[in-house]
Amino acid sequence: MSGRPWLALLLQELRLAARHPGDSLAAVLFFVLVAALFPFGSGPAPDALARLAPGALVASALLAALLPLDRLFGADAEDGTLDQLLLSGLTPAALAAAKATAHFLTTGAPLLLATPAAAAMLQLPLPAWPVALASLGLASAFLSLLGTAGAALTLGARRGGVLLPLLVLPLAVPAVIFGAAAIEAAAAGLPARPMLLLLGALVAAALPLAPLAAGAALREG
Amino acid sequence: MLEARELACLRGERVVFAGVSFRVAPGAALMLTGANGAGKSSLLRLLSGLLPPAAGALLWEGADALVDRAEHARRLRFLSPQDALKPALTARESLAFAARLQGGGGVETALEALGLLSLADLPVRLLSTGQRRRLALARLALTPTAQLWLLDEPTLGLDAASVAQLGGLLARHRERGGAVVAATHLSLPLPGADELRL
Repeated sequence: MSGRPWLALLLQELRLAARHPGDSLAAVLFFVLVAALFPFGSGPAPDALARLAPGALVASALLAALLPLDRLFGADAEDGTLDQLLLSGLTPAALAAAKATAHFLTTGAPLLLATPAAAAMLQLPLPAWPVALASLGLASAFLSLLGTAGAALTLGARRGGVLLPLLVLPLAVPAVIFGAAAIEAAAAGLPARPMLLLLGALVAAALPLAPLAAGAALREG
Repeated sequence: MLEARELACLRGERVVFAGVSFRVAPGAALMLTGANGAGKSSLLRLLSGLLPPAAGALLWEGADALVDRAEHARRLRFLSPQDALKPALTARESLAFAARLQGGGGVETALEALGLLSLADLPVRLLSTGQRRRLALARLALTPTAQLWLLDEPTLGLDAASVAQLGGLLARHRERGGAVVAATHLSLPLPGADELRL
């Protein structure tokens, strides 16, 4: 596997995302809006909100990151691009890894920019914000990897868009647990490092496994 | 250089075709004809390695071609019925990406070969059906050149002048010793091509 075609594919994905900025923006707005629903639901009492904040932040971010996933391979499969990519000499796993990286850079990273707005609405104490950013960054990287495998598996399924969240969200539960626990610890003034490390371990495990699974699904597709 | 032995293709439970055998020599061309659903496109996908054969063998220079699919992919160019173009990119950007993906170049020559130089900086969404097809065909002219071209309905939506340009491209490819397998309902500019009726 050579690096240059891989980089060419990643740059192509980023260029396409830059030509359609609405897709990334939609995910960011969705994230902020879902986070904004919690104060309406639980009342504006700062204590109640602050207790909800860690879980609400992570869950909203993961839901938002799911949005563009069903087009990750779907658009390419419809217009014939996927055939060209599979015949480019890149291994299917490398192809999936490029797609996952592009998803993280165009969806996960913009979510981080909007995290302060969501954190402020949820009354998250200011000292916990850096940990919230780290936690959401790792959790959305995990979801990008998991979601790429899910998108490859559900490619061509009749209700792929519905199937994908049903497949991916249960697997994302560990990221929600450790991600929220890290933010909660930071908000309580406790060390968040162990939780972040566990979250990092999840990403490290998914990094080789998810592209391999996605690649196998693409090859059979 | 390419040899198919008793190839068979299944779609679901249905046998699309079985017992298809042929050889394609360097410089030769093979036209696949047959009714809708006869399996022309399936056979091309099978020859490209995108679809595994249900039975039979695909040989390249006498050895199994599908053992290393990435290696097989580098030997061929596949033109699908869809143009594999992104509406937001310009014609030149689309070709440049295809060139980088295969680690080559030749974008300007390819644009010129299909008469696309004047359209090079237009986004694909503004191009007509025939112009998009020409852009998809221009990928064939990129470097490094592949030995085997698999073309699914290459003249779809092309006007007479563009078919002539394609004819030139195909002739140069065959002079260099390249082979062509093309599926079509229309007549193709492939003089002396064998015909395989599915």
